[in-house]
Amino acid sequence: MGNKILAVLEQREGKLKRSAFEAVSTASKLAKDLSMEAEAVVVGSEVSNINDIAKYGISKVVHLKSADFENYSSTGYRDAVADYAQEVDAGYIILANTALGKDLAPRLGVKLNAGCIMDCINIDASSGEFVATRPVYAGKALIDVKPKSAKKIITIRPNVFKAAPSEEAGEANVEVREITSPNLQTRVVEFKKSEGKLDVAEADIIVSGGRGMKGPENFHLIEELADLLGGAVGASRAVVDAGWRPHSEQVGQTGKTVSPSLYIACGISGAIQHLAGMSSSKYIVAINKDKEAPIFNVADYGIAGDVFDVLPALIEEIKKVKAG
Amino acid sequence: MKIAVCVSHVPDTATKVKVGSDGKSIDPTGVTYIINPYDEFAVEEALKTKEKLGDDSEVVVISVGGDSSKETIRKALAMGADRGVLLKDDNPRDSFAVAKALSEEIKAQGCELVFCGKQSVDYDNTITGQLVAEMLGYSCIPVVVELTIDGNKIRAEREIEGGREVVETELPAVITAQKGLNEPRYASLKGIMAAKKKTIEEKPAAEAESLTEVLSMKLPPPKQPGRILGTDSSAVPELVRLLREEAKVL
Repeated sequence: MGNKILAVLEQREGKLKRSAFEAVSTASKLAKDLSMEAEAVVVGSEVSNINDIAKYGISKVVHLKSADFENYSSTGYRDAVADYAQEVDAGYIILANTALGKDLAPRLGVKLNAGCIMDCINIDASSGEFVATRPVYAGKALIDVKPKSAKKIITIRPNVFKAAPSEEAGEANVEVREITSPNLQTRVVEFKKSEGKLDVAEADIIVSGGRGMKGPENFHLIEELADLLGGAVGASRAVVDAGWRPHSEQVGQTGKTVSPSLYIACGISGAIQHLAGMSSSKYIVAINKDKEAPIFNVADYGIAGDVFDVLPALIEEIKKVKAG
Repeated sequence: MKIAVCVSHVPDTATKVKVGSDGKSIDPTGVTYIINPYDEFAVEEALKTKEKLGDDSEVVVISVGGDSSKETIRKALAMGADRGVLLKDDNPRDSFAVAKALSEEIKAQGCELVFCGKQSVDYDNTITGQLVAEMLGYSCIPVVVELTIDGNKIRAEREIEGGREVVETELPAVITAQKGLNEPRYASLKGIMAAKKKTIEEKPAAEAESLTEVLSMKLPPPKQPGRILGTDSSAVPELVRLLREEAKVL
């Protein structure tokens, strides 16, 4: 097995994402624990903030560059990364467990005959042996997994491995490699952005509404609070199935599993499949009329009252606090 | 065209998970198993595709697992799939080894188009469809919420953070289905009766080595029950104070 750990960094619209820096920090720490060498790889056209990676513990970055890589292409990105990983005989490849990471990791896995451990929330190699912890059953249980293949692919859950920039970082050593005529068998031709909305999977604060909101017309309260806090809107399965909210907002076992710093559940009783998707949030606030609702079993702070009384007051209070 | 749908037999999402005696997997006692919810969207899309083609296309349902997986295959047959194949293996496999068995069978069956759920709700790996595609050398678009197939050409919208990617590729291909792709049909009584007569071929799953190993399973540490601060809006100032001073999240 090679001595290299590669952090594969995701860029969108020419900018490295926060989760990319989490992959850099994680790779850097893992390299220390295993006495290996970490470097970063980014696939894309122009990438503006590539130098920032030096602050997160890796100085060498290889930019696999092509004008055709402005948009994601699973086949093009796969070949570019796999070729480079072969060339340097990478032992570990670390990606963020985002839509791109989830698509790319298994493709690299087959190319490199590397086992994939997806969506890790902890990795431990301090004893010299690598073990990852990941949630299963949407977080109802956790498993410890070890790779058996010579090469290993690890994806890390966003927001869990904190990326802390260091002050005394130097310049990144960026090597640009032009990729000529990439394989565009499968390619993204357009990105349809959901207007002005933050995605629940990436948000650090989520305000979620359930059936207790009584109807889609009342979700403006949820949206207002989310906007005020710079967070995203979430929804329970019941309201998604009822067509009140889009599925992209659903939190739970058949929606998204989230771990924000703050999760505010409004009018959500806390069905087991919902709790599975959000109970690893750092702080949970529950607002629900029924004080027996299971959501209160996982909430740090609860108000057992009417959402239509509590939410407007909460919005006003936060406005007041923000105004200082 | 031959269309394959890969399905997985999983614990119902209302299941309360307990760790089994092996310390590595769940205790199946009292657990209800169902067709993986995302696989229902896959089955529906396969049936819709067949109906649209309007020719002698065939939908083959394939599953890797023990005898009980036949219930899930039967469910897909009741929805309208033509026949089933159970690749038998009672031992746990990782995604790689499952994908290996599926891809061998898909190759043997000569299926050009394959549908899977975007993840199974047990191990949540989100990779089996992509692995199958790569092993077969097929194109793959995962997490699809809108799909158009025109001759050889595929155009799909897939869900990513903050929006949708429009992806183009060609057959042969694997599509993994996300909720929102369609509204799965209910199996009619006639469908359920018809499914009883449809064949489920059973054969051993192709030998394959798992590339990862589960060492142990545990339950997450229980959350300490929190505090109920009040029963109306008068508790709001205290809530905001705690969020700022104690939790430090605001």
